[in-house]
Amino acid sequence: MNSIPLDLKQVLLSVLTHDGIKQEVTGKAREYAELLKHRGTAHPVIRVGAATCGLSAGAGKTLAKLRELLPKTFPDAEVVETGCIGLCAEEPIADLQLPGRTRVVFRKVTADKVEALLDSVLKKQELPADSLLGQIRDDTALPWEKVPFLNDIPFFRKQTRRVLCNCGILDPGSIEEYLAYGGYRAFARSLHTMTPLEICDEVERSGLRGRGGAGFPTGTKWKTALSQPSDQKYMICNADEGDPGAFMDRALMESDPHRLIEGLAIAAYAIGASRAYIYVRAEYKLAIRRLTDALAQARAYGLLGENILDSGFDLKILLKKGAGAFVCGEETALINSMEGKRGTPRPRPPYPAVKGLFGKPSVINNVETLANLPGLILNGDEWFRSIGTEGSRGTKVFALSGKIVNTGLIEVKMGTTLRDIIFDIGGGVPNRKKFKAVQIGGPSGGCIPAELLDLPIDYETLRDAGAIMGSGGLVAMDETTCMVDMTKFFLDFVQNESCGKCIPCREGTRHLREILEQITHGRKQESGNDALIRFKSVIELRNLAQVIKETSLCGLGQTAPNPVLSTLRWFRDEYEAHIFERRCPAGVCRELIRYEIAEDRCRGCTVCATQCPAKAITGTPRHPYRIDGSLCTGCGRCRKVCKFNAVVLTQGEDRV
Amino acid sequence: MNNDKLEEILNRYPPSREHLIAILQEVQEAEGFLSREAIVRIAARLKLATGKIYGVATFYNQFRFQSSGKYHIQLCRGTACHVKGSSAALDCLERELGIHPGETSADGLFSLEVTPCLGACGLAPVMSVNGEIHSCVDEIKIKTILTALRSSAAAGGDEL
Amino acid sequence: MFEITVNNRIIDAEPGETILSALSRVGIRVPTLCHMAGMMPTGACRICIVEVEGEDGLVPSCSYPVREGMRIRTNSQKVINARKTLIQLLLSNHPDDCLYCSKSSDCQLRSLAEEYGVRERTPKRKFREKLKDITSPSIIRDPTKCILCGKCVRVCNEVQEVGAIEFVGRGSRTVVTPAFNRSMNISSCVNCGQCVLVCPTGALTEHSRLEDITNVIGEHEKTIVIQYAPSVPLSIAEEFGLKPGADIPGLLNAALRQIGFSRVFDTSFAADLTAVEEAHEFVTRLESGGALPIFTSCSPSWVKFVEEFYPEFLPNLSTCKSPQGMLGAVIKTFFAKQAGIPASALYSVAAMPCTAKKFEATRAELGRNDDPDIDAVITVRELLRMIKLYGIDFNALQPEGADSPFGTRSTAGKLFGVTGGVAEATLRTAHKLLTGRELKSLKIESVRGLDGFKETTLKMGDREIGVAVVSGLGNARKLLEEIRDGLHKNLKFVEVMACPGGCIAGGGQPFSTNPERIKARMQFLYALDQSEHLRTAHENPEIKRLYREFLGTPGGDVAREVLHTTFAPRSVYL
Repeated sequence: MNSIPLDLKQVLLSVLTHDGIKQEVTGKAREYAELLKHRGTAHPVIRVGAATCGLSAGAGKTLAKLRELLPKTFPDAEVVETGCIGLCAEEPIADLQLPGRTRVVFRKVTADKVEALLDSVLKKQELPADSLLGQIRDDTALPWEKVPFLNDIPFFRKQTRRVLCNCGILDPGSIEEYLAYGGYRAFARSLHTMTPLEICDEVERSGLRGRGGAGFPTGTKWKTALSQPSDQKYMICNADEGDPGAFMDRALMESDPHRLIEGLAIAAYAIGASRAYIYVRAEYKLAIRRLTDALAQARAYGLLGENILDSGFDLKILLKKGAGAFVCGEETALINSMEGKRGTPRPRPPYPAVKGLFGKPSVINNVETLANLPGLILNGDEWFRSIGTEGSRGTKVFALSGKIVNTGLIEVKMGTTLRDIIFDIGGGVPNRKKFKAVQIGGPSGGCIPAELLDLPIDYETLRDAGAIMGSGGLVAMDETTCMVDMTKFFLDFVQNESCGKCIPCREGTRHLREILEQITHGRKQESGNDALIRFKSVIELRNLAQVIKETSLCGLGQTAPNPVLSTLRWFRDEYEAHIFERRCPAGVCRELIRYEIAEDRCRGCTVCATQCPAKAITGTPRHPYRIDGSLCTGCGRCRKVCKFNAVVLTQGEDRV
Repeated sequence: MNNDKLEEILNRYPPSREHLIAILQEVQEAEGFLSREAIVRIAARLKLATGKIYGVATFYNQFRFQSSGKYHIQLCRGTACHVKGSSAALDCLERELGIHPGETSADGLFSLEVTPCLGACGLAPVMSVNGEIHSCVDEIKIKTILTALRSSAAAGGDEL
Repeated sequence: MFEITVNNRIIDAEPGETILSALSRVGIRVPTLCHMAGMMPTGACRICIVEVEGEDGLVPSCSYPVREGMRIRTNSQKVINARKTLIQLLLSNHPDDCLYCSKSSDCQLRSLAEEYGVRERTPKRKFREKLKDITSPSIIRDPTKCILCGKCVRVCNEVQEVGAIEFVGRGSRTVVTPAFNRSMNISSCVNCGQCVLVCPTGALTEHSRLEDITNVIGEHEKTIVIQYAPSVPLSIAEEFGLKPGADIPGLLNAALRQIGFSRVFDTSFAADLTAVEEAHEFVTRLESGGALPIFTSCSPSWVKFVEEFYPEFLPNLSTCKSPQGMLGAVIKTFFAKQAGIPASALYSVAAMPCTAKKFEATRAELGRNDDPDIDAVITVRELLRMIKLYGIDFNALQPEGADSPFGTRSTAGKLFGVTGGVAEATLRTAHKLLTGRELKSLKIESVRGLDGFKETTLKMGDREIGVAVVSGLGNARKLLEEIRDGLHKNLKFVEVMACPGGCIAGGGQPFSTNPERIKARMQFLYALDQSEHLRTAHENPEIKRLYREFLGTPGGDVAREVLHTTFAPRSVYL
């Protein structure tokens, strides 16, 4: 901003104490807000997506390059770090805004491309087409001609960004920008115009369900806590995102931390808690930094602390860093961990809303649930309910990864079909491979096969298909992904992350995993009646999975068999191929596949032999080479390096 | 660990159990790992059994009980990385370094850790060496990286 | 009170109670592995699951509260299949060596397997072998057999508040172990053996010395003698189904002689000796100064507890050896001389309701010329095995007296077996010493009963004697902290027994020990005290004789040399 008006803070806050909070903000506040959104009007602004995904793709180097170049070339230009716009595959992403013009977004802006980009946009006012993504719609700025608006390009077109609306747009380090975009107005509205019970009612009516796992109605949970007589209650945000393949909470905290804080503050007010916690994964260093800064700003603005906005409501928010245990996503385990104990779950009932942290009524909501609240309170429950399906209202954020072109973070209406998500938004499967399935819900979820691509997804349809909504990790798989191997991966994960307290989860998942291990192992290691056991294993898998589901202490164990049950349901043929035919159709399970060199094609170039990590390939140069099956580890490197396509993958186990 | 440093950390927290994990995290941050001496002193300060502190610490992935190597390697085992071949990368690292996750090589050069999603799913499979991310790693790439690290260590350099 | 339906039968239930508690009141048995009466349920083992109409999955009866009109099935096919699968899973990661396991006949896992008809090892997989810890003289820890039910951890942490063992690691790599996976002998373990009592499998057992003893019994160059603690005959009687009327110690004496012990001594005699010696020490401290309140020192776990956690209170401990220690010393000095057997040719065994006595016997202070006074200590459980091993038929035995010179005991010595008993016995003698008169009626009601903490003030002459009686080390810790904080200023005498309830609930008692049995043992001891005439230690003629012939005066030079010991702070990971 060119010059920060002296009365900025007062003007911004004046909106929050305004009686007609729902009315259009006018006058000075509006003027300031517009100014803030554009960071002034007189100079170019360059914003770089600097969330973790951007940084790991090189945004740090891009920023460094910008800061090195700009003072020399365009001294009045400003560099701003923003959050994640969601398109991980195209990171680092940067957008440039010329005075009075809309923001134009560019993809893959690595450090080496910075100079050319600056030169062409800032100097020549030309937009290089090869890296151009689109422009951001903005009624108060002059748009670029023949440049698509970002929300019209395929990745964004089918999205409905309610929770993620600010991500990648505003500067997560600035509470002023958040306020300019309408931040904290919902909180102010709650404090000034609603009683805690009214908020609980509104949230209950909206149909908002927990976005972290089981989908429990949020308003109902709050009411239980609200009705408990207690001198102290706690509101806890579970930001211990641990599903492999899920990163939406992290992106949200890094890109729009104030939205979470506002949601948490509303929730705390609604249940009558004067203390709230954010339990965040310690590995999320950037998210922790962003939250720490944001909390300090909110305190400085009087939006946290004592007698907030003269309402008489006090709230203190503390950060707790989780030390890495997936099971701490379970509410009671999280509570134990916050109390400084081993993160093992406790039997429920009593439920945390009755007896939680330090024995007091506590509500635990996940990041996305809380981030939904500002919008919900500001626009009302009818607005919230207006999209989605009968039992699942609103939107859902998903993290797309795996065998998909547009890996990234998306938000869609509940009820959007998988086809829309995978092919329209996600851009389909790369390398012209065939789409096979999508894994939803992480280790507690399941796989949805290609046949169900037109399934509109919500809590119920996913449950009926054997998966769960979970926190929203969505991993695409193609024909080269082995479903048995995938299941083994999840059981591995659960085995490692099981707290070890209850028998079915600790011993049962280990045994499930061993059965899968057995059917993916070659016959070389079989002895006695192992073959018989292998044949029986499908039946055993099912019984064991059922018992684990029904008897485990907590959600982790109760859902741990889901990957097994769902793959058994949809991909039984793959299991049978492993068990009876001893082959891995996807060519993944190393002991069930075999590499051979086709003599007629091999020129004896020696490349495969030198590259083989197991030294399994021998031969005389310029004569056909051969692979020693007893040494081969099945890594497939030879096949990749062979220029003559002489290495062939054969299904089925090596002849003993 | 420097006693003053430990004392300084302990003094910053009220001596109650709810701060245990935060204290352990800070001590590890300062020391690189949790030494027996540190655990004993934390136990004394919080008036908890040493075994209890050790029991809590060993529950969580984050805590180490050996000093980490000069090069701390973290391999991502998120779903996206698995789908793109991180188990082969892990095999390779274990074989090349002769250590398992959580351990430090005898020469003190390398320590290996398996982490949940590092947040670079678009670049899978990824590993990080002392915080620097290497994307799309396979056996060959890992071997090249390790060789570079070894020779850089032999030359007395700190950088890659 | 409302009604619930269980297996088509209507029963009453109290609001707020758990399903398990409602079921056990009407005698419907549900198996448990991790349940501990009177403690918060942890819900770890899942064996107690039942089917509740309207609930997804099965619910753990140990923690699930009853609801009015609830319909429960405790034995549906689904429940039985689930329980059986859980047992199979446990067994598949458990060694198959039941034949050789010392817990074999008492193993809850084994009996569950039998009940649920587990007849083959399935899933067939190898258990993970973990290193066995035999370093402690009292307790052997075999983590391979551990099913992680957590009872030992809870008893050590919540009841005893020692915290020597904890869960370490996570998931299937979890083990219950002392700090830093180090061995038991250098841990803060006080050897009380309460963990052994609650362990459902063979993961925690006593460090048995039975074989050493049976080896010596056959040797000609050794004279083997045995002493048994006041509470031992009680539990023996229970195990062999003897009626309270029988002369149980007499039968035990006969049995032990038949096994091959040359002399059989009753430790109750030494308890009398301890009462006299400790009463004198107490009176001396009262009259001539010394650390007060005086703490009793017969419980070896308690003594180690003070050495580790509260070394500043070491001067308060009575320097008296425990009855086992006193008798051990007297056997190898006075008895050896009298019987004309060199001390080195004596093999002195003690049968105790205690695992910590095994540790006590290894203390360097309790011996002479580098030889321990007590060569081997066995628990009641080992004693029972020995009786069976030697084919003794209790019903065919004729009662015999214990050997003199230590054959007579007062009921005061006998009371040492129950919490409050040491205080009662010692204070009877102290009263006589202080006032010259016997205590009226002798019975001190206010120190009786199984409460973990009892406090009272007794009037002795013109003195007000504040007395506290504590059992369970958690209660002891609380008292010590309070004394440290300046409370309990009037306390002069504190009795502590490490095991909740005293030796009748000791860590060396049979696994069948339960609250009812403990209460019955206590009542038996009180009844004995009521029915006999010799009720004070100082009136025991053999005690008098021993002082006359050997020890001189209580607290005198010889007595100090033979009957007293020293304590020192211990450095372990606390």
